[in-house]
Amino acid sequence: MAYRSSVDIHTEWDIVAARQLGRNEAKKVGFGTVDQARITTAISELARNIYLYAGAGKIEIERLNEDGLFGIAIIASDEGPGIPDVRKVMEDGYSTSGGLGAGMPGVKRLMDDFRIDTERGKGTKITAIKWLR
Amino acid sequence: MNMRIPILKLNEILIVSLQWELDDQTAIQFQEDLLKKLHDTSAKGVVIDLTPIDFIDSFIAKVLGDVISMSGLMGAKVVITGIQPAVAITLIELGIRLENVMTALDLENGMDKLQQELEA
Repeated sequence: MAYRSSVDIHTEWDIVAARQLGRNEAKKVGFGTVDQARITTAISELARNIYLYAGAGKIEIERLNEDGLFGIAIIASDEGPGIPDVRKVMEDGYSTSGGLGAGMPGVKRLMDDFRIDTERGKGTKITAIKWLR
Repeated sequence: MNMRIPILKLNEILIVSLQWELDDQTAIQFQEDLLKKLHDTSAKGVVIDLTPIDFIDSFIAKVLGDVISMSGLMGAKVVITGIQPAVAITLIELGIRLENVMTALDLENGMDKLQQELEA
């Protein structure tokens, strides 16, 4: 059974709560300080995107154990406007907020697996995974 | 929950030690407080020590970069010290380059560097 916990994102304070949850979970899985920093930073960026672009949503953290491989998944979901052009947001340097947020390519580099599911007018779900080596 | 970051003055230099994880509001408040303190004290340099900080996201990086540029406009030089290995790695991977920012390994080296800059 995968263990999953979550933080609802409505205010700036929830961004802090989400990354604290993520760091604690990353510690429990056994990640070292560098990976803890990567995971915490990725959560902070994803939570801030929810806050900025969708207004509300949630960050779920799941501890993974697949065939003896341990890891952590960050699932950032919202029911916001969706991302019109996913290819564009994956380009380095692309931002609609005037440079606030390093953007999705940065988060992708911090993590091992990265996936965006989005539908215009319905919302966005981003799943980012880090595996313990 | 909103706490102010203490800003100390030593001769012509302001010293700031970030001791805990910054939330957005505290970071913005710090920006204003530091500039006001620069204005009030006529300090010529600032050292911001990040030793206890274990991650920096793009928002905090932007606030730091901005406060350095703003201090420059007011005629003060800023040195960032104590960036942890994990922080350096994640910042670069994230794609954030704090270019043209003076840095030093620790507070002691940072103070030396700033003194040299101010005497130059």
